[in-house]
Amino acid sequence: MKNEGIGISVPRREGREKLTGAALYVADQIWPGRIYGATVRSRVAHGRILGIRFAEGIPWSEFTIVTAKDIEAMGWFNRVESIEPDQPFLAGEFINHAEEPILLLAHPDRHLLERARRAVTVEVEELPAVLDLDQSLACRQAVGGRDNLFKEIRIEKGDPDGVWATAAHVVEGEYRTGAQEQLYIETNGMSAEVTQGEDGPGVTVRGSLQCPYYVHTALTQLFHLPGPRVRVLQMDTGGAFGGKEDYPSIIAGHAAMLAWKAGGPVTIVYDREEDMACTTKRHPSRSRLRTAFDAEGRLLAMESDFLLDAGAYCTLSPVVLSRGAIHALGAYRCPNVRIHARAVATNSPPNGAFRGFGAPQSLFAMERHMDIAAARMGLDPVTLRRRNLLKKGDLMATGQIVTEDLDLEGLMDRALADLGYPHKRAAFARHNAGPGMVKKGVGFSVFMHGCGFTGSGELHLASVTGVRTRADGRVEVLAASTEMGQGKETVFTQIVSEALGIPNELVSMGGVDTREVPNSGPTVASRSTMVVGRLVADAATGLKQMLMDQGFLRDGGPEGWREAVQRAHAQSGGMTCFSQYQQPANLVWDDVHYRGDAYPTYAWACYAVELSVDTVTWEVKVEDFVARQEVGRVINPILAAGQVEGGVTQGLGWALWEKVETAQGRMVNNQMTNYIVATAQDLPRIRVRFEENNPYALGPGGAKGLGELPMDGPAPAVLAALQDALGLLELREVPVTPERLLEAVEADHG
Amino acid sequence: MDEGRMQLELTVNGVRRAVPVLPMARLLDVIREDLGLPGTKEGCGEGECGACSVIMDGKLVNSCLVPAVQAQGSELLTIEGLAQGGTLHGLQQAFLACNGAQCGFCTPGMVLASVDLLNRCAHPSEPEIREGLAGNICRCTGYVKIVEAVQAAAGTVRP
Repeated sequence: MKNEGIGISVPRREGREKLTGAALYVADQIWPGRIYGATVRSRVAHGRILGIRFAEGIPWSEFTIVTAKDIEAMGWFNRVESIEPDQPFLAGEFINHAEEPILLLAHPDRHLLERARRAVTVEVEELPAVLDLDQSLACRQAVGGRDNLFKEIRIEKGDPDGVWATAAHVVEGEYRTGAQEQLYIETNGMSAEVTQGEDGPGVTVRGSLQCPYYVHTALTQLFHLPGPRVRVLQMDTGGAFGGKEDYPSIIAGHAAMLAWKAGGPVTIVYDREEDMACTTKRHPSRSRLRTAFDAEGRLLAMESDFLLDAGAYCTLSPVVLSRGAIHALGAYRCPNVRIHARAVATNSPPNGAFRGFGAPQSLFAMERHMDIAAARMGLDPVTLRRRNLLKKGDLMATGQIVTEDLDLEGLMDRALADLGYPHKRAAFARHNAGPGMVKKGVGFSVFMHGCGFTGSGELHLASVTGVRTRADGRVEVLAASTEMGQGKETVFTQIVSEALGIPNELVSMGGVDTREVPNSGPTVASRSTMVVGRLVADAATGLKQMLMDQGFLRDGGPEGWREAVQRAHAQSGGMTCFSQYQQPANLVWDDVHYRGDAYPTYAWACYAVELSVDTVTWEVKVEDFVARQEVGRVINPILAAGQVEGGVTQGLGWALWEKVETAQGRMVNNQMTNYIVATAQDLPRIRVRFEENNPYALGPGGAKGLGELPMDGPAPAVLAALQDALGLLELREVPVTPERLLEAVEADHG
Repeated sequence: MDEGRMQLELTVNGVRRAVPVLPMARLLDVIREDLGLPGTKEGCGEGECGACSVIMDGKLVNSCLVPAVQAQGSELLTIEGLAQGGTLHGLQQAFLACNGAQCGFCTPGMVLASVDLLNRCAHPSEPEIREGLAGNICRCTGYVKIVEAVQAAAGTVRP
């Protein structure tokens, strides 16, 4: 039998549909009688709504219109279900951020709809807006949360205060990271229809989304409907990265309210400008770090004041902050730690989940700080890492013990050798001393990414998956995990194929439809392969056992597998085996004090980059990039490499090109013309290397999580390489656009 | 015919078609809605991302920037017309084998841009491939597997 199980680069299952144009995304769906929806949004960051005017010349009676008053009149719940129910579907009296939705319109003619949207004027009494962290922390004006904080976390270990006075070196620094636009190529979109059942009306939505059960919960709350009367289906999803984690709940609510009032199906698909202006971005951050070292450069104490700009509503900021805080110490051993992390409310559009989820921000600060500290102490950055990198038996910031046989130093050495770091460093130093206009540098970062949900997240989720028989003799996977380009369809197939010893063609992936699949949790946090994949393997194994116990399958197959499943299905009317997450007994986590096992396991990496800088234009060119990581067992090498290459590219963009420009709280470069992401010409061939020495015992086949890790490493590596090329110490902020680089050079030359 | 509409006659994926359209309608909308071929995608609506790329009279165009009137009498190739009778085009096969498509949304445009590139240059170097595809933005792949797919299809590197 052809081996199509774990470790094989089988082609993407849904690849053929995607390559022939047959894949159906939300905007592609032909739905008889559907009309289009649009959203009127706030132009101001903070204000009180005085009235809404409808200009003449538009046949308003043809339009379906929904406002906050209509939501109230219908008795619906005008709050989007999330960690805190603070965000309204539509602003009623107060506007708390620019682009906040105020009114919904629907009409069959898209062109007339757009004219109508522009013909609605919201009269507003503008109020002072809080648009930066310091203003918010000063708390002279309440924006959100308690004292303008949506979440505050303290992680304490040892006693840093006992160290500062006596340490050989104390290094302080402030680091900032900018917002980042998701820029999935398919914008957010959702279709909704209202169905009439025997027990009353129900709502069905289909769209571009990561987390069907988040949308499901939001809609049941909005309409006060029992769960079975809300149905959520995922269409093919054109990229997500976290940007379709919580936002789809809002657009689904909007489409569903319009559909309810219109009495027919409604589709809302954002255009690019709207999507960029209003949907969630990576949180901007500010880190203030202080570290103490002994004379040899060993870390004695570390203190971090870590801030995230959450925007006007809570959304997922508390958990983004949590991951950021836990990663703030990086992959280092340090006996005395104090991390103070706060998610701060401002009158900006809410920021949210984006690949890495807080970790890229805090890891950037720590890695940058270590390079600056090395230079201050006259140590080579490699040497400083060598003296401080975590090893087996060490304690992390939360007191979690490193239990795996971790060889981070070796991983670092191998990545640096791949790049040719040692000899390039010397050669470039000679080159840069010369008169050439182009300077060259090399840099690297060492880091980790916690796999799966933070702390007790998985315990609370208690995810369920199933595998069932089909009449055609295949087995079908039932999971709410969504394919968004990462390869879940293929990877889950391989996991089942491996568990049952059957070819991939005998494994069917059911569509994601809340009427069919159990809640296996959201498709986030690098958890789908490691956590949900394991549940899928267990359910598959359970089904096989059922087939054997009931005499349908004699020796476990694969011979006669199809016939056995067909027989079992026909005779039993269909058999399903479910599997539910059980928290491993050895994982202990204290949510209040942030002590214990923050993650069940970690992926580890060293990324190294070579770049050149044109000192006339200050353009930076990435010449070579090595991404070496330990991710447990790799299920599908070619898909995994694709994840890393894509993540690295987003990380390079965050470091060098992608700058969200705002004015009075509104994004002003919300176009692909002036928000710059990498093209094929801007990149070298990213060289991906996997190490599989430390399989995770509870992951399917030993797999760990992978998807977010590659976002963490590029930015600090790039700034280290710029430091190497230009001899600048004061690069502490991303993105480093050519303008920023020029400013830094001028500041450095005093 | 509705007032203001013109009869657009063109050959789409080898088939003669005639549809009434507004002269300044975007070719993208005509392809998706009037011709019923939703494989061509809208990513930005301003000619930056290349998701709406199609081949018109042998040249790659951003269909979001082409007014319908300009397509009168033209020969159009969209992603739906690339595979022949269920057999994938060599580039489609290479994209599948090399994992050149992830979320799939830039893919129709990217594949057609690759077809156009290989039409112009049968054996491109890696820099030529990167330049040839620079008008098509992909947010998922980092372009590595796309470059490898084009190389494989061109026979410059074995997959």
